[in-house]
Amino acid sequence: MAAVGLASLLFAETGQVTTGCYNCMKCSSGCPVSFAADLKTHEVIRLVNLNRLDKLLKSKTIWLCAFCKTCKQRCPNDIDASVVMDWLKSKALADGIAPALPNIPVMYQSFLQSVEKLGRVYEAGWIGTYKIKTKTFTQDIKLGLKMIKRRKIKLLPGRIRNYQEIRKIFACARKNDNIRKGL
Amino acid sequence: MPVLVRMTISGRGCDGVKYSYYPGCSLCSTASEYNLSSEAICARLGIELQEIPDWNCCGATSAHSASAYLSVALPLRNLILAESMGLDMVVPCAACYHWQRVAHREVVEGTPVGRKANEELTEVMGRGYKGTLQIKHIMEVILQQQVLDLLPEKVVTPLAGLKLAAYYGCLMLRPAEVVAFDDPEQPQSIDNLAKALGAETVRWSAKVDCCGGSFTLAESGVVGKLTADIVSAARRGGAAAIVTACPLCQANLDTRQKENEVQMPVFYITELVGVALGMPEARRWFRKHIVDPVPLLEELGLL
Repeated sequence: MAAVGLASLLFAETGQVTTGCYNCMKCSSGCPVSFAADLKTHEVIRLVNLNRLDKLLKSKTIWLCAFCKTCKQRCPNDIDASVVMDWLKSKALADGIAPALPNIPVMYQSFLQSVEKLGRVYEAGWIGTYKIKTKTFTQDIKLGLKMIKRRKIKLLPGRIRNYQEIRKIFACARKNDNIRKGL
Repeated sequence: MPVLVRMTISGRGCDGVKYSYYPGCSLCSTASEYNLSSEAICARLGIELQEIPDWNCCGATSAHSASAYLSVALPLRNLILAESMGLDMVVPCAACYHWQRVAHREVVEGTPVGRKANEELTEVMGRGYKGTLQIKHIMEVILQQQVLDLLPEKVVTPLAGLKLAAYYGCLMLRPAEVVAFDDPEQPQSIDNLAKALGAETVRWSAKVDCCGGSFTLAESGVVGKLTADIVSAARRGGAAAIVTACPLCQANLDTRQKENEVQMPVFYITELVGVALGMPEARRWFRKHIVDPVPLLEELGLL
């Protein structure tokens, strides 16, 4: 457990005032992924205020958040729970805690590798990388073939001209931000 | 600083309306029909789009999950490129639109992330972002009064009899203070445009719900449930098809419907504008859909 209260740490790093929460549960009621989550959104905020980092970092919810901002839009106290989830993801990765839904960080990582290398996303490449890393080759094969047939997935990558600028942007992110370890 | 020299409502279109155009990665692959239809209808309506040279990926969901800095710095490069063209930016993708606007706001408001990203991009690119751009979703461009005024004259095939569920999803509406596109809980812009084209829109309950976005790959079960809920809500509302303005919403709704059930076509709003304007190339856009919308349009005599 951190020496500093989790809520104050989160405020310092993200500006989110989680202590303003009075548990009205509007966030959880509107959350599209709450049916699949182990902690409801208001429970995440409550656990932050109770300093229960251990429980939060092991939860599926921080990975399942779809960042749709329904919670933020409806919160009467203007708390953006999706930003809290992002911060908790980074904390879990930095602390070496195994993600409860391991495929999701692999997906983000594969996507960003493509952007860093090429400046744009190359679908066939990053989805291929993701499938190799997660061993999910057979999933969605039929759909993939339909997409290729309709020329919705390009088979060859393209790189932007000043791709070096993108690599520098990533280097800056690694240098001065808490860029999530392993992403 | 729109280079909006002269606005004449003539038989040809809105002369002199020029924008820088940011298609984004999805529109170059899985949503290529959104790109084709956006460019085609803008050309027909006299709105000139100049693609931003050498644009890069906005980072989408992956960037902010990895680093708050990256989610601002990546779109910021595009803003700098567009600003040097001197043209306001048009974006059809809801996620790209969202992140471009977030980056703009962070810099204009001078937040720590915004300041840092702008300083470092100034070093990388030799110039920074001054914050002079307006970033518009393509819907905002089409819904401008001068474009709406053109429609009665330009529409050759009114979409009579087409009952649509207008679906907005998340990132083009929320959070309202960043995107300011429409009412976040009861949006009307797609409905209004569909009606202006002669279609009918239904009242339904899922227009601002989330489709699960990028989880279609890693959590396809979650996306399957969310899209099934949205499609069945549209059906309960009495719609024959869904219309959207986001490549991820369209892809999820179009690809995740069960094969053994009656399937509902999912249009991009720009495709429907194209049909109403009588553009023959619309059939080519529809060939890229998984759920074929052509039978529905032919049945109604619209194609």
